[in-house]
Amino acid sequence: MDNFLAARSQMALSLGFHIIFSCIGMVMPFFMAVSHFMWLRTGNENYKNVTKAWSKGVAIFFATGAVSGTVLSFELGLLWPEFMKHAGPIFGMPFSLEGTAFFIEAIALGFFLYGWGRFNKWFHWFTGVIVGLSGIISGILVVAANSWMNSPAGFDYANGKYTNIDPIAAMFNKAWFSQSLHMTIAAFAATGFAVAGIHALMILRKTNIGFHSIAFKIAAVFAIIAAVLQPLSGDISAKFVAKTQPAKLAAMEAHFNTERNAPLIIGGIPDEKNKKVDYAVKLPGMLSLMINGDTNSEVKGLDAIVVNDQPPVSVVHYAFQIMVALGMLMLGISLLSFIALLRKRAWFKQRWFLKLFVFATPLGFIAVEAGWTVTEVGRQPWIIQGIMRTADAVTPMPGIVYSFYLFTAVYVSLAIAVVFLLNRQIRMVPEIYDINTKY
Amino acid sequence: MMLYIVIGFLWVSMLIYVLMGGADFGAGILELFTSENNRSKIRTTTYNAMGPIWEANHMWLIIAVVILFVGFPGIYTTVSVYMHIPLVIMLMGIIARGTAFTFRHYDAVKDNMQQLYNRIYVYSSFITPLFLGVIAGSAVSRQIDTDASTFASAYILGWFNWFSFSVGFFTVAICGFLAAVYLIGDVKDLTDKKRYIRKAKMMNGAMAFWIIMIFWFSYKGDIPLFNWLFGNFISVATTVTGLLSLILLWIAIYRNNIKRMRFYAGFMTMMLLIAVTYSHYPNIILLKNGAHLSLFGTKGPDKTINSLGIALLAGSLFIVPSLVYLIYSTPKKTDREVQ
Repeated sequence: MDNFLAARSQMALSLGFHIIFSCIGMVMPFFMAVSHFMWLRTGNENYKNVTKAWSKGVAIFFATGAVSGTVLSFELGLLWPEFMKHAGPIFGMPFSLEGTAFFIEAIALGFFLYGWGRFNKWFHWFTGVIVGLSGIISGILVVAANSWMNSPAGFDYANGKYTNIDPIAAMFNKAWFSQSLHMTIAAFAATGFAVAGIHALMILRKTNIGFHSIAFKIAAVFAIIAAVLQPLSGDISAKFVAKTQPAKLAAMEAHFNTERNAPLIIGGIPDEKNKKVDYAVKLPGMLSLMINGDTNSEVKGLDAIVVNDQPPVSVVHYAFQIMVALGMLMLGISLLSFIALLRKRAWFKQRWFLKLFVFATPLGFIAVEAGWTVTEVGRQPWIIQGIMRTADAVTPMPGIVYSFYLFTAVYVSLAIAVVFLLNRQIRMVPEIYDINTKY
Repeated sequence: MMLYIVIGFLWVSMLIYVLMGGADFGAGILELFTSENNRSKIRTTTYNAMGPIWEANHMWLIIAVVILFVGFPGIYTTVSVYMHIPLVIMLMGIIARGTAFTFRHYDAVKDNMQQLYNRIYVYSSFITPLFLGVIAGSAVSRQIDTDASTFASAYILGWFNWFSFSVGFFTVAICGFLAAVYLIGDVKDLTDKKRYIRKAKMMNGAMAFWIIMIFWFSYKGDIPLFNWLFGNFISVATTVTGLLSLILLWIAIYRNNIKRMRFYAGFMTMMLLIAVTYSHYPNIILLKNGAHLSLFGTKGPDKTINSLGIALLAGSLFIVPSLVYLIYSTPKKTDREVQ
């Protein structure tokens, strides 16, 4: 593995790991706050137990997300010094604000975890909400920084020099809204399905049904609302990408040739050599319609991009197909759940319905990782779209491959540790909490 | 003007990280140097003393890093490239420590996994500040060679030297010292108190030893440390006041005046940090070829510095009051189990 590939792999690994922990860390506090609220209003002990159990999950994920985030703030320089040297002062604004948001989150978490029985109960509840809100703000800010790499703004570039730098304009680059919206909803959907799935499994195993039913319902409601909204935000994102990063869109769709009445290509195996897609379902004109609102409009293909500036098509196309397919699956489950909520309450107790949610446990996070792959690999070979190539940003230090192995070992062990700990949390539910086992 | 505000924030976050993060590392270091029998006691004390602000203590490092990469990218990237290896070791320490600390308190089953978490926690508590110190020492050691042609001279010799490691060990000692002083005031029991006083003495001794080593190796390595500390009025004054407050600190310990001992510990650290940073201000990195990277020379464009300053000022309006309230509103509890 050469140095450049090792650096990219290490960055992908670190971000791929961090994205899971930060999604959970920013969304679970809201589940917790809802359950906490229900406890304060109803006095039902099960709500209190669920709140406390989730707060431990939040503590574990927050700690893991915080350290992996700290590591990332160094890795940007360790792996991409040339990028940071120029980009730091331009896209740093959201990071400096994120520092504050993250700090507030840590303080609020301190209040919340240590606040049981110490403060006014509504103040205590409010600190939990602050944990969630500052988490969301952190997330939006970090994504705003990433979106700057996709749609650079706030500077002039000529002869290798970056002048006229305006960090505020850089922060509010054109992509910040669509990308942040898509990521925030994704975090809710992914975490919601993951949490709901785990509690659904416990209900199916008939352990502590009262406890797990409450937890399941709260998580599932967040999940299904998010999954219904997500395709809409995806549509906004895709239209935007078509305008600003035609190469990325072409790779997502494996759309090799610029044409009118462009088909929407579903699935298939891209053949990069012969510039065609085998075994795909092609819906004529649909891509043109989705992007421009007119089946006869022209959509730029990869042939409109210089070969050197084209992203790898297969990876991006597969990742995009996976993301969309899982999104549709989650949408389907959500629509069924809305029927259940509004018309068929009894479904919530039926095994097939719970099994559906158990099946959906990992879907959201797989979709998150796939979507992340689309946006990052789809931007290649650029680290700053159209301005700086990733290969020119990499550290001059050789031997990054060993660092990649080291980080892989550490992150794999951490993932195992977290799964192990969560498993023990769930197993210990009957012992730790005074559970009302009647349903 | 805004530039000085940003530099001020950088310096203050460094100071607070040394004080709060340092005491936090120190607690783990003390645990490492405590006999097996007393370790669980030290764990409970530390957790009650630091648990609520645990996460916040480590945010100061992030603030400092963000200020560096946004405001002074030249310094950030030079350190990132030439200190790559010690930085990675330090990061491994940060990962191991942060997760082990949380895991040991939030693992629902208390079994022999605890021993594993404890071991990871105490060793990473030692390694992380050691390498932080190594990096800080290397920055001024004139060993970083940006013109290097071999792997060793570019990426290893810049930090792998006795001066840098002496600074690293000194950092470990001062962390342990701060923690011991802090914890003296946190225990009621007399034998516990005596134990922490003993630890404070031990760490103070270690500090003295490594200071001598630092001077010796700076003399050997042609680092004008003596000039830095005694060549200008401010550095002399702060060094002397720092030493004076160390004496007052020990008097306070023997008079069992908790507020004073904490104050003097903080004050001493602050004086020390002024002494070592003032003398080569505004230079942050002194390179082997005689050049230096200064805060002024590497600063980002004015607009960036201005908005960074505003972001920091606005942020501190939120952070400072809530952090102070958190610290004062979660008084020590000695017997209640933490949920």
